[in-house]
Amino acid sequence: MAELQVSVVSADQQVWTGTASMVVARTTEGEIGILPGHEPMLAILAAGEVRITDASGSGVRAKADDGFLSVEHDTVTIVARYAELVQA
Amino acid sequence: MGAQLRVYRQKIKSAQTTKKITRAMELISASRIQKAQARVAASVPYSRAVTRAVSAVATFSNVDHILTTEPEKIERAAIVIFSSDRGLAGAFNTNVLKEAGELAARLHAQGKDVIHYLVGRKSVAYFNFRKRPIEQYWVGGTDSPVFETAQEVGEALVAKFIQPASEGGVDEIHIVYNRFVSMLTQTPEVVRLLPLEIVEGLEAPEDHEVLPLYEFEPEVDDVLDALLPVYIESRIFNAMLQSAASKHAATQKAMKSASDNADKLITDYTRLANNARQSEITQQISEIVGGADALSVKS
Repeated sequence: MAELQVSVVSADQQVWTGTASMVVARTTEGEIGILPGHEPMLAILAAGEVRITDASGSGVRAKADDGFLSVEHDTVTIVARYAELVQA
Repeated sequence: MGAQLRVYRQKIKSAQTTKKITRAMELISASRIQKAQARVAASVPYSRAVTRAVSAVATFSNVDHILTTEPEKIERAAIVIFSSDRGLAGAFNTNVLKEAGELAARLHAQGKDVIHYLVGRKSVAYFNFRKRPIEQYWVGGTDSPVFETAQEVGEALVAKFIQPASEGGVDEIHIVYNRFVSMLTQTPEVVRLLPLEIVEGLEAPEDHEVLPLYEFEPEVDDVLDALLPVYIESRIFNAMLQSAASKHAATQKAMKSASDNADKLITDYTRLANNARQSEITQQISEIVGGADALSVKS
């Protein structure tokens, strides 16, 4: 199955990067889940957590305030001024 | 010890002390360049993502946004100068201030009013000494800039830009900063920040594929509204990081030549001191010999 290339970047560093099977984020319109094969999209993120389910099925959670999300060709980029991983 | 010799010894000592200080400063900035360069590199993914997103949106909306439209008549322009908080960096601050001065003269010649935003204590001192008006300034922390400052600067600039010219707003914003080319070269650079010329300067996306058809959430214009300030902030942050890296490189170079000069001074004065000592000894000998001769003639 195709996988998503996910990277989470904040203004001063790359916070996380890797492959994932699903990404769930909260946009200004509501929650959105992204699976491989999703259509290209640009969305503004609302304050909240981004949940990334990686290839092995375990989850990574990142706090991303004040940013946006872009999807194209199974590449998901979460860009936020301030982003950090949340320790589970 | 003769007076001459003592003077030379003092000068040698003073040059040695100076050399110790400049050598220490050289090493400090050498170690900081690495860090500053790493920070420039670390901010690249962010600015690349932002640039890409902005160009994507700009391609799809008809870009009638206030931040991208060229006003018919430009009445007032703002110049943002990125200098450092401290000197001892050779021509670093002079270069950027000179470049900004030329830009201001050019804008004046085009019949535009110019107002200045300053970052860094040195440019503020320069303007205060010449009693030139400053619109707003930020000092402290130019050695390791934080994103909050870039955000503040960005917000101030965008607010001023949106204000109509009749109420003191500006129609054009330029930034002047030292770009870090290499350890040896830092060039002052002028970039027009607003109105935006998208995908200009910075690293353009290297893959020239056609951008895919995006879906926007919420609407295209809302996304553009949210993205443009972010884009401006990332450009400002990039300028601050470049300027910090350049400052450290310039300091290192300046301090290295200061240490070398101190070395040369020490050598020169040591030679002179040796000469003085030798001539003192010669004089003493000739005094003794002369005295002995005088005594032997008498007897």
